[in-house]
Amino acid sequence: MLEVTGATVRFGADAALRDVDFRLFPGEVHSLMGENGAGKSTLIKAITGALALDEGVLVLAGETVTFRDPHAAQAAGIGTVYQEIELLPNLSVAENICLGREPRRGGVISARAMNTRAHEILLDLGLDLDPASTLGTHSLAVQQLVAIARAISADVRVLVLDEPTSSLDLDEVAELFRIIRELKTRGVAILFVSHFLDQVYEICDRVTVLRDGELVGEYLTRELLRIDLVQKMLGRGASELKSRDRLADDEPDAAVVLRARGVSSARGITEADVDLGEGEVLGVAGLLGSGRTSLARALTGVNRLESGVIRIESRPVRLDSPRRAMSLGVVYSSEDRRRDGIVAELSVLDNITLALQSERGVLRQIPAARRRELAASWVEALDIRPPDLDRPAGTLSGGNQQKVLLARLLALSPRVLVLDEPTRGIDVGAKVEIQNLVGELADNGMSVVFISAELEEVLRVGDRVAVVRDGRVVRIAAAVELTADSLLALVAQPDEDEE
Amino acid sequence: MTAVYKHRLFWPIVSLLTLIAINAIARPQFITITMRDGELYGALITILRDSAPLMLVALGMTIVIATRGIDLSVGAIMAVSGAVALTIIDGSGDPDALATVLIAVLVAVLVALILGMWNGFLVTVLGIQPIVATLVLMLAGRGAALLITGGKITTVNSAPFKWMSSGYMVALPVAFFIAVAAIIVIGVIERRTALGVLTEAVGINPEASRLAGVRSRGIIWGAYMVSGALAGVAGLIYASRTSAADANNAGVFIELYAILAVVLGGTSLNGGKFSIAGTVVGVFIIQTLDSTVLFLGIPSAQSPVFFGFVVAVVVVLQSPRMRSGLANLSGRLRPRGAGVQDREKAEVA
Amino acid sequence: MAAMTTTTARAGGRADRASSRVQTFLSRHGGMMPTFAAALILVLLFIGAEAFLRGDFIKPLTISNLLINNAYLLVLAVGMTFVILTGGIDLSVGSVMAFTGMLGAKLLADGLPVAIAIPAMLLGGAAIGLFIGILVQYFGVQPFIASLAGLFLGRGLAFIVSLNSIKVEDPAVLWLQSTRWKLGDWVVTPTGIIALATVAIAAFVLHLTRFGRTIYAIGGSEQSARLMGLKVGRAKVGAYVISGTCAGLAGLLLTAYANSSYPRNGIGTELDAIAAVVIGGTLLTGGRGYVLGSMIGVFVYGTIKTIINFMGAEQAWMQIIVGALLLLFIVVQRAIVARAEGRR
Repeated sequence: MLEVTGATVRFGADAALRDVDFRLFPGEVHSLMGENGAGKSTLIKAITGALALDEGVLVLAGETVTFRDPHAAQAAGIGTVYQEIELLPNLSVAENICLGREPRRGGVISARAMNTRAHEILLDLGLDLDPASTLGTHSLAVQQLVAIARAISADVRVLVLDEPTSSLDLDEVAELFRIIRELKTRGVAILFVSHFLDQVYEICDRVTVLRDGELVGEYLTRELLRIDLVQKMLGRGASELKSRDRLADDEPDAAVVLRARGVSSARGITEADVDLGEGEVLGVAGLLGSGRTSLARALTGVNRLESGVIRIESRPVRLDSPRRAMSLGVVYSSEDRRRDGIVAELSVLDNITLALQSERGVLRQIPAARRRELAASWVEALDIRPPDLDRPAGTLSGGNQQKVLLARLLALSPRVLVLDEPTRGIDVGAKVEIQNLVGELADNGMSVVFISAELEEVLRVGDRVAVVRDGRVVRIAAAVELTADSLLALVAQPDEDEE
Repeated sequence: MTAVYKHRLFWPIVSLLTLIAINAIARPQFITITMRDGELYGALITILRDSAPLMLVALGMTIVIATRGIDLSVGAIMAVSGAVALTIIDGSGDPDALATVLIAVLVAVLVALILGMWNGFLVTVLGIQPIVATLVLMLAGRGAALLITGGKITTVNSAPFKWMSSGYMVALPVAFFIAVAAIIVIGVIERRTALGVLTEAVGINPEASRLAGVRSRGIIWGAYMVSGALAGVAGLIYASRTSAADANNAGVFIELYAILAVVLGGTSLNGGKFSIAGTVVGVFIIQTLDSTVLFLGIPSAQSPVFFGFVVAVVVVLQSPRMRSGLANLSGRLRPRGAGVQDREKAEVA
Repeated sequence: MAAMTTTTARAGGRADRASSRVQTFLSRHGGMMPTFAAALILVLLFIGAEAFLRGDFIKPLTISNLLINNAYLLVLAVGMTFVILTGGIDLSVGSVMAFTGMLGAKLLADGLPVAIAIPAMLLGGAAIGLFIGILVQYFGVQPFIASLAGLFLGRGLAFIVSLNSIKVEDPAVLWLQSTRWKLGDWVVTPTGIIALATVAIAAFVLHLTRFGRTIYAIGGSEQSARLMGLKVGRAKVGAYVISGTCAGLAGLLLTAYANSSYPRNGIGTELDAIAAVVIGGTLLTGGRGYVLGSMIGVFVYGTIKTIINFMGAEQAWMQIIVGALLLLFIVVQRAIVARAEGRR
């Protein structure tokens, strides 16, 4: 039905997608798998007309096509349901389904005809909903189904579902799957993207795996073991690492610096228990959406706790803001450098000294010479390139931006450093440098939480490894006791060896 | 050379110098400055003197805009401050007493500061969009000023008060010194403390700033307070010039001119990087333009047409479409809309 | 909470049906709540004025005058509603009204017929609206700033037409205001009819045409609207053109009302129009609101003004009360939006 060959998309010098092939058959549910930055969303955008391919061809039902915009893709029969529901909460359900092709008589919209038609489409999906009600009054799950109703109300040949289940509960997912199967029998080709492996295995016939913008392969779901799938997604790349002495216990033997008990936050982490010893690196392994980021944010005052206690050196503390956490020596570096990290238009100098300055307060400005000296020493220590303090930080490469962020946090001389995917999307050299740096910091007594999607990296860097799955910390073990395979099994497999 | 050309203040300063040059050629007396009784006179001196209220308001506006905000209420705050001061002077037994005037000035600025605090409260605590939040005071402020003066235009005859706008110190107008003092104070506070950088950080990326531990609420709130207080001082100078508290006409449209001055000075309305020097140049451009329009024999009432076009041209030149268009002209030819697509791509990455 | 549940359970079938009907209503028309609140405030104002002024307020004449005296503001508010529904704002309407009023008066004074003068007024308003719309849509200028340029432009042009007020003696224009059609004690002028017709046409366009629904869609989420294949650019520019045209029409009504045109007319009127729209329940963030609400907002505004006149109180109270009402509605809206975000 749909075939993409040699797809390449570049953003400046970096390619987000390199020479990827992808095919979709009618009456088939096909899953696209990959971690952050693997190129999933880029490929979807190329298919749905939101992005143009720099190289490669798109063939729909035997015809080569190029889509000028999403609307052109829709007109060609490619319906899309986005992860962020792209509907209008202020309008009625019927309008959300029909708008743009609503029944009109002499230019006047017939609300009755529109409601009737919408109701029919909804009933078709097994949804008895008042079509005149305002969309925003319904739950996200219903809105998601309305989005599907809109996508299939036109003559749809390909349906793209981008993480449609992330806001649904189990029953709602079952309902969605019933609809997907129904559409499948009608011969619709369905592209289903989800980071929930269970769902992929339940509904999909075929899987295409991407990693770092490249195609890993296409497989039949029933022939591919779950563990192999995860391995293909995460990949294995060997790189050098300075050896350091590591602890071999399940429990930290040094003094516990940070102790979290029963920590839950509104977004994504439930009842987590974590201990962090002095001079220890705790690796955190988990798939995208497992709760690994929520855990980091809960520990650092970014997201508020719903329940649970965090103690720092056995004193219970309330981390109600990043600022408060910082004053207690707990700092966080976000997985999303561009959005939550770098202040792009400010200079490297200002970015490095930002946190230190705000901790000192507005009035006690660090003297200019001291600031420059401080920033220069970090630029040198972390080998930030180009070593130009006055350059806007946004113009640096990803790896160097990450180093600037690290410098900003390290300038505070923190006791606990929480790094959320610090090595994502940066080149191998910078990656190794950051891994080594984390080791050195720990050797000097700093406690580090190191989150990564790469299991090998977690194993190499961490003294102990915490495995996060479905919003829970399911296992904490010494890194030396784990192998890449056993960790893979822990990360991938649901509902086994739960305590 | 290219460094000079690329400097942020290059175009504002060139525009200002061009304007002055055109005026000087058209009427040489424009740049002549005469000394009478130890006091300087001339068109340029008048510009320095008359620009003081706008300068004060525009300085405050610069800080507010740097935080991604806007303050529409400055004109109304000017009216209130003038009304407060004149009512106090009018009500006292001795309008010429220095103490009376000092108290009036202090109370008026304090009231203006509180009004700024109110704006900051709406924006930071209640989370209301700045345009809307300051619109409330823009509407209600003049009403309040009218109530303070009892619905009439209060006039006073107070020499010390009058001195603020028409007095001279060291051969230059006092109003000019007030403006210079404000520029220096703001410049020092923003650039000699960390406030400037932290303000820019909040304006550019609020979430990253929060994660870096920046007290963004306090910084934004402070910006509105500064803007309010400066508008208060501006209101005093305005009231002093006319010796009257005219709630309906004090500072009408000044918020618009102030925003224009900030934009002309190269500070983006999207917040972030700001330039005090740029705003100063922007204010002088506006004041000189105003003087030019007057000189051309065009009634000052008609000058808004010019400002309308200036606003339009400036914002169009600053718009992303225009920039990518210019980049296309100087760079290789690219398909139409490529610039837009690049932006979308950048968002994906 | 538990007690409530049992009560509901015991109340049985009829109550259930009634409550489900309430639920249906809420789910369909929940967005009208702020407008109902405005209507409630209007009623309370009426009752309060009636009690305070010892039965001298609720008379057909007073209420008729509410429409007649505020016809121009009503037309401005209708245009403003279109713009605010898209999530924008139009600061230019007051000065555009002044400009078109001056333009029309000048053309008539120069001896041109009404058939040319009135279309020229409407076109003049539409042109400035188009100018603002293009800046907003095609150059990515913030609506606030773009309409600010329009404000300057309109005001300056008004003074360019003439620095002084121009008297209007054309019988057709005077007829608009001087004619009084009576039905019992109720009175209406052609200007009032024009204002009401504007409201009716706007309501029709906003609710029953694709253009109107696109306006709402843009306010809901511009990106979604675009993904749905709606003609976003056209509708957005259209909203500003409509607002400009309405300002042109308001210029005509104001000229007819005052028998003359003055270049300083309508300074700050854009704020009154915005306040009326917001008080009428339209969200400043766009996507929610009704043109009928704006009408109620204008009547609330007019009633406050009338009451202040009746009481002989300071006009200044007008600005303060409108400012306070605006604040009230904004805070309420903020709460609504915060709740909606919380649910997401």
